[in-house]
Amino acid sequence: MRTIGYIIQKEFKQIFRNKGMLPIIFILPILQLVILSNAATYEVKNIKFAYIDADRTSTSRSLIEKFNASSYFDVLMDLPSNKMANSAMLAGEVDVVLEIPNHFERNLIKEKSATLGISINAIDGAAAGLESVYINQIIQGYNRDIRVSLMDTSHRSIKPMNISSIPSFWYNTSLDYKTFMVPGILVLLVTMITLFLSGMNIVREKEIGTLEQINVTPIKKSQFIIGKLFPFWIIGMGLLTIGLILAKLIFNTPMLGSIPLLYLYTSIYILVILGMGLLISNFTDTQQQAMFIAWFFIVIFILMSGLFTPIESMPQWAQIFTEINPIKYFVEVMRMVLLKGSGLQDILPQLLKTLAYALVMNALAVWSYKKVN
Amino acid sequence: MKNENVIEVENLTKAFGAFKAVNAISFEVKKGEIFGFLGANGAGKTTAIKMLIGISHPSSGKAKVVDYDVYTQPEAIKRNIGYMSQRFALYDDLTVQENINFFGGIYGLSRKVIREKSKNLLVELGMHEISSKLVGSLPLGWKQKLSFSVALLHEPKIVFLDEPTGGVDPITRRQFWEMIYKAADQGTTIFVTTHYMDEAEYCDRVSIMVEGKIEALDTPKNLKQQFKVTSMNEVFLKLARNIE
Amino acid sequence: MKRFIGFIRKEFYHIFRDRRSLFILFGMPIAQILLFGFAITNEINNVNIAIQDHSKDASTLEIINKISNSKYFSIKQIISREAEIESIFQKGKIKAVLNFEKDFGRNLIKEKSAKIQIITDATDPNTANSITNYINAILQNYQLEKNKSIQIDYQIIPQTRMVYNQELKSVFMFVPGVMTIILMLVSAMMTSISITREKELGTMEILLVSPLKPFQVIIGKVVPYIFLSIINAAVIVLLSIFIFKMPVEGSLFLLGAESVLFIITSLALGILISTISDTQQSAMMISLMGLMLPVILLSGFIFPISSMPAPLQVISNIIPAKWFIIIIKGIMLKGVGLAFVWKETLILIGMTVFFIAVSVKKYKIRLE
Repeated sequence: MRTIGYIIQKEFKQIFRNKGMLPIIFILPILQLVILSNAATYEVKNIKFAYIDADRTSTSRSLIEKFNASSYFDVLMDLPSNKMANSAMLAGEVDVVLEIPNHFERNLIKEKSATLGISINAIDGAAAGLESVYINQIIQGYNRDIRVSLMDTSHRSIKPMNISSIPSFWYNTSLDYKTFMVPGILVLLVTMITLFLSGMNIVREKEIGTLEQINVTPIKKSQFIIGKLFPFWIIGMGLLTIGLILAKLIFNTPMLGSIPLLYLYTSIYILVILGMGLLISNFTDTQQQAMFIAWFFIVIFILMSGLFTPIESMPQWAQIFTEINPIKYFVEVMRMVLLKGSGLQDILPQLLKTLAYALVMNALAVWSYKKVN
Repeated sequence: MKNENVIEVENLTKAFGAFKAVNAISFEVKKGEIFGFLGANGAGKTTAIKMLIGISHPSSGKAKVVDYDVYTQPEAIKRNIGYMSQRFALYDDLTVQENINFFGGIYGLSRKVIREKSKNLLVELGMHEISSKLVGSLPLGWKQKLSFSVALLHEPKIVFLDEPTGGVDPITRRQFWEMIYKAADQGTTIFVTTHYMDEAEYCDRVSIMVEGKIEALDTPKNLKQQFKVTSMNEVFLKLARNIE
Repeated sequence: MKRFIGFIRKEFYHIFRDRRSLFILFGMPIAQILLFGFAITNEINNVNIAIQDHSKDASTLEIINKISNSKYFSIKQIISREAEIESIFQKGKIKAVLNFEKDFGRNLIKEKSAKIQIITDATDPNTANSITNYINAILQNYQLEKNKSIQIDYQIIPQTRMVYNQELKSVFMFVPGVMTIILMLVSAMMTSISITREKELGTMEILLVSPLKPFQVIIGKVVPYIFLSIINAAVIVLLSIFIFKMPVEGSLFLLGAESVLFIITSLALGILISTISDTQQSAMMISLMGLMLPVILLSGFIFPISSMPAPLQVISNIIPAKWFIIIIKGIMLKGVGLAFVWKETLILIGMTVFFIAVSVKKYKIRLE
């Protein structure tokens, strides 16, 4: 026990003495949490909207006025021709072009039906889908108004059936992305810092030659490893704490569930990541190699974690693959506990899988750490 | 008990594939002896040492260090030896005092013992005023002396020194050898590798390794007589030429 | 010159000897682009939902059938009590509950109006929003079918054309993003690490006292990585064309030239990082911690930049990846030429020059 204490003491001294690393460990993640959480939004706003009005009647103008009034659209310009519209879209100046054809008003009144052309830049398919929904809502609303004003009451046809759907958004009534993203980004930062630091740590001692010196001492493998990893465990927990405080103060992130439960889960989760870092350290000779491997896994884990894109939309094989992604479990638990108030019962599957993962990882790490070659 | 052997090596071999870095070497080292382990770069010295200190498995052969077997009891060996590698191996980003505390600590010395020992050690090295300086900022010679003292901290029965004086000036080398003599006087066995042939003269006995084999082993005086030369340097050159 | 070539050869040896790193350098982009191209999508698919049907009549059955036949939803559970919703949401598997009011069918026929409640787990606002939209679309369809007999007057019919990506495939969005992120991080990280490594090991001093000029030393270290990155870029483009059926509407040559430019920008950034860090450790942490999230989040890779708060939109301008993503999307999907992306190209060139200028300046200060 005392031996472990000496190692822990030494590691902390080395971490806090490295003035270049301290801001990277503590300030950078916090800055990123505070700033980048604002960036992660799928909301579609300020849609760059242009129109070609070939009709130039009061009807077409009032339709354009509707888009002008909507908060989703920035009505940017009045394009004289299709050709101009094309090139504006190619240049990325506009994303949606509404084309009101000649005789739009006349057709609508005389023929009782008129068409509108809408072009949407669909490279971002998800955004295009939403944009199309917003456009249709505006046009339908406008259509209703027109119908009411044009039809004489006596002529009114049979009332159509109407199903009214009442959406109800639980846990996040205003559909605020920050509520969703802050816990997720916090997960990432805790994971990245602990993985990179632990992955580099032992291989660094290998590179500078001090590991050999340690290996000729009678210290036990387990003592050395625990002593090495404990400081990073503390740093991980510390980051979680700072992150949660900032989430509360700056983003007013809801915290419905039990915070001790969250800490219990995190304390196990960090063991998984540290075990992984150690394993990487054991199988590499240079910090460069260690970092490449850590980077390889972390990018895959981040993008397959359900943090930014939903896991249930992935193909079946990819969903199975996410089962071995520890970040996925942490993201789920963090969001469930904070945003929905899920209890131990609800997160038990994640907790148990993480625990098993931690045991396997650390067993592998200890087993593959060799004092002798 | 003056002639008790603390290292017994018999046909010790380390092969990397077909290449035998260490090829069936045999020798004994007696308690309290300064044993010089010489050889050109790449002759297999470091590989041999690594097997003796338990961080590399031998391919075949037998070796006992302080009565413990290198195959089965490497951890027991580690408790009883000190080691100073040819790469400087204290932590640059810890202070002198912190390095002493750390290594004392992981050898299981009590706080009180560490405090007393480090006080004496710092005074002897003349480093008590700079004990709170980072090791990385010290000149190489000081680092080496400190490193040696740290290797002796837990009073090991044998100290293995792998080219301890590489790259330091003659005065510091002189002082370093005084430290070695002092440790030997107190009963510590010294196992030292070097390629400075003048240093070989300071050893009680030397072995000379050429291409993985021990080609000569005796006191410097006997070796010079045997090869009919006046310095160890010439012994060494003659041996190397014979092999070629 | 001969010396210089010898030096570059040495750098290549370094890289090719290290099999593990090499494997990662080439294997990683392939693995990542395949994984992400197939797996990552922000569309919804097979969302698990639950139904609470207070009416259980012919209309609700019809609607439920329509929903379960759509590829977007799979109905996992039928619940009977309001109170169950909370607990199933907390378990997290079910994302939405549809609640048909009592006498839904009768109301629809008699009163011509019926209500349905769409309760979503909005912890993920995007999914919640999409679910609501898709269910509404299904309901709209159902109504249209039912109202077929009724002639509706004064109808405005919008004809929507999805330009550049008719099927709204999210691969079109993610492949350029993944390509950018891989090129950026690999190039910046590798150069910064390999230069600081020489500094740390002390071999940099040896190189600097050699007859090679300092800029030759740096260029020599960077050239092999330019080659590696070009190979990576080519592999990624080939994969996206042949596996993900990404079109290359514009000039392949321009695409190649822009990729090389972006690789050089990233390498220049790597050099800059190496001038401000003394250890490999800090170089790595800066290039990983400092670049990874900003590049993922602020480049328009996943999230639309135009929807971000104004200050972040301003910050996003300093992310080289943002400009490169605009360029490749333009060339591959829109088929534009240099006439449309010259501004972005100039910005990347400007950034490269800036990174190199700052590095040279920092370097000189150090030498004095």
